[in-house]
Amino acid sequence: MNRATTEVQINNVKDFLVFMRSELKPKGKIFTPFDVITGSIILLGGILILYRFIMGMGAVVHNAAEYPWGIWIGFIVMVGVAFAGGAYVTAFVVYVLGGEKYHSIVRMAVLNGFLAYVFYAGAILLDLSRWWNIANPLIGNRFGVNSVLFLVAWHFLLYMIAQAIEISPAFAEWLGLKKARKFLASLTLGAVIAGVTLSTLHQSGLGALFLMAKWKIHPLWYTEFIPLLFFVSSIFAGLSVVIFIGTVSFRVFDKERISEEYRRHWDEIIFDLGNACAITMIVYFLLQMLILVHGKNWPLLNTPMGYWYLTEMIGLLLIPAALFGWGVKTGNRSPIRIAAVLTMIGVIINRIDFSIIAYKWYLPLSERYIPSWMEVVITLAIVFTMVWVFRWIVNRVPILQKPPQWALEQEQEETEGRAVALAPQLGLTMADGGRPIELR
Amino acid sequence: MGIDRRSFLKGLGAGIAGVAAGSSLLPGKLEAGGTPESKEFMGVLVDTTRCVGCRSCEMACAEAHNLPMPDVGDASAFEKIRQTSETQWAVVNRFKTAKGEVFAKKQCMHCNQPGCVSACPVKAMEKQKEGPVTWDTNCIGCRYCMVSCPFDIPKFEHHGATPRLQKCNLCWERLKKGEKPACVEACPAEALAFGTRRALIEEANTRIYKTPREYLSHIYGEHEAGGTGYLYITAVPFEQLGFRSDLGTTAYPEYTKGFLYSVPVVLFLWPAFLSGVSAITRRKENVRSKEGGKK
Repeated sequence: MNRATTEVQINNVKDFLVFMRSELKPKGKIFTPFDVITGSIILLGGILILYRFIMGMGAVVHNAAEYPWGIWIGFIVMVGVAFAGGAYVTAFVVYVLGGEKYHSIVRMAVLNGFLAYVFYAGAILLDLSRWWNIANPLIGNRFGVNSVLFLVAWHFLLYMIAQAIEISPAFAEWLGLKKARKFLASLTLGAVIAGVTLSTLHQSGLGALFLMAKWKIHPLWYTEFIPLLFFVSSIFAGLSVVIFIGTVSFRVFDKERISEEYRRHWDEIIFDLGNACAITMIVYFLLQMLILVHGKNWPLLNTPMGYWYLTEMIGLLLIPAALFGWGVKTGNRSPIRIAAVLTMIGVIINRIDFSIIAYKWYLPLSERYIPSWMEVVITLAIVFTMVWVFRWIVNRVPILQKPPQWALEQEQEETEGRAVALAPQLGLTMADGGRPIELR
Repeated sequence: MGIDRRSFLKGLGAGIAGVAAGSSLLPGKLEAGGTPESKEFMGVLVDTTRCVGCRSCEMACAEAHNLPMPDVGDASAFEKIRQTSETQWAVVNRFKTAKGEVFAKKQCMHCNQPGCVSACPVKAMEKQKEGPVTWDTNCIGCRYCMVSCPFDIPKFEHHGATPRLQKCNLCWERLKKGEKPACVEACPAEALAFGTRRALIEEANTRIYKTPREYLSHIYGEHEAGGTGYLYITAVPFEQLGFRSDLGTTAYPEYTKGFLYSVPVVLFLWPAFLSGVSAITRRKENVRSKEGGKK
């Protein structure tokens, strides 16, 4: 059965409930080894999260007085947001630059970005010692307008809304809501432009959080350019994640959840993604080198932290960049996939460096922060929950399969209409004296 | 055709609305600190040449803020350098220097332009007009203040479901009543002096000038990190007393100023630029489809 052609008719609440009941049933096999392992981690994590909220943070996390931020911020939030970067990059290419070729992956990237924000950045609630006050910066129980974190909090909220709007047409298609889809799709361009703007600020803003930790972060990592570095690295981090998720998704999902056309596209798109990664990684590397030379920090390279820095810069940046380039050049997909994984590891390490490893690097091991097992389990539980939700949605909503026929027609009308409407507005000179252009 | 144009404008409008919503989030004055105007800040001058290490100040502090009473009779406390903690807002440390044992009190420095205040997303941290840097219960517990403090002073309680941030508040509640901070009042050796920052700097300079052999010609806190409410004078180099000499004279909020300034620029120029790019790509598409006869 090809769901893309199935028409859902929902006319009243009862229809909706019947539809939801059928959709809530698991699709495909359950109790696979993956489900059992991740499921038990999620269960345990859930219990620990409850425990954390009842007993307070101190009961769950490793208390290292010198380290304000552990893996919940250093890994879940910092890495989660960087990994969500694929959403704004892809949306920018498709909707702003008109890269129609990449239309088949934009929903996957945006869904991943949206869920990453909901789960990973949302996990910040766990890490707030006084979480019940979380709404304060939003409702104005005093606006800390001079705070980088205040801006980050607002951009985070607004970008979640923008991403929700970007992905909403897919959900309207799933529910068969034609009018809603038309309206929501008309908001896409605006949401994308707002989203790219907010992401630029949000990604760099997370880096700007460390600007006041001047002497606490090792000089090989601390620079006034941290915000720029965070922004640039979010591009290749996000794209590597898209490569990773795309590769896995097109393999693990049932054939009927995936459009055959999209899968063929994917085999081509992966090269362009690899190419974009290679280029941005080289730019990032050159920036890093400029900062290193300018800061006269090279004597530090021959220290233990220097070796760690070189591991990051060479092993997890230059080598994957070269692998991307090689894969693109030889038309070979395996090096690209390996490079994507290496890049992801590199970004994870880079982000953890700022709040944990290079943060007060001089302290003896006994005073350093090492996450407790409960922190690790909760972290894994959050990651796996996100994977489950992603899978649940892809199994139902047209993400990797083509939208239903009516939606495609709607889109067609939209594009034609817009082109015609836009032409005179842009002062498009037309040889035929200003008559609307005929499309096909 | 009109409807289609409208739908295009609707998209654009949503973008603009997003930006307008965002613009309300611009940093207010685009000014780094939270420095209130007029009234002079009060501060404390610590003369380490006078401190005898009796820890009376620690006891007074604990009593004034309902903290666990430190055992000042226990000399082993001096064996290692202690940091302030959630149960000790002030600690006295002993340093072995070229000029013998020197004691130095450590607590919040009450910066003129505090990093913690500019870090706080809800203004739970505030620089009061009297001079103290204080904490309030609308805090969300992000602990960004701890990351941003040049002196590493704020500490969060580890235990309990409703933890609080703990640090010296310069006895703000006493200051408002016209009283001195508890530690200053308790000091039997006159190692601590309370007054306006300007008067304290004058006093410190007088002591240095009158007995130059007893002091280094350096008031720690006069310029460090943009100037602090707590000021120190000493006979030995400050590094030997565990003070950082690499803080520079820049007020900490200045470090994020560049980023905060770039926010309105990106927030306004980026959407305009992106809309332009998008319009041009669509125009190109139109030309192409016209020339090619179809898309």
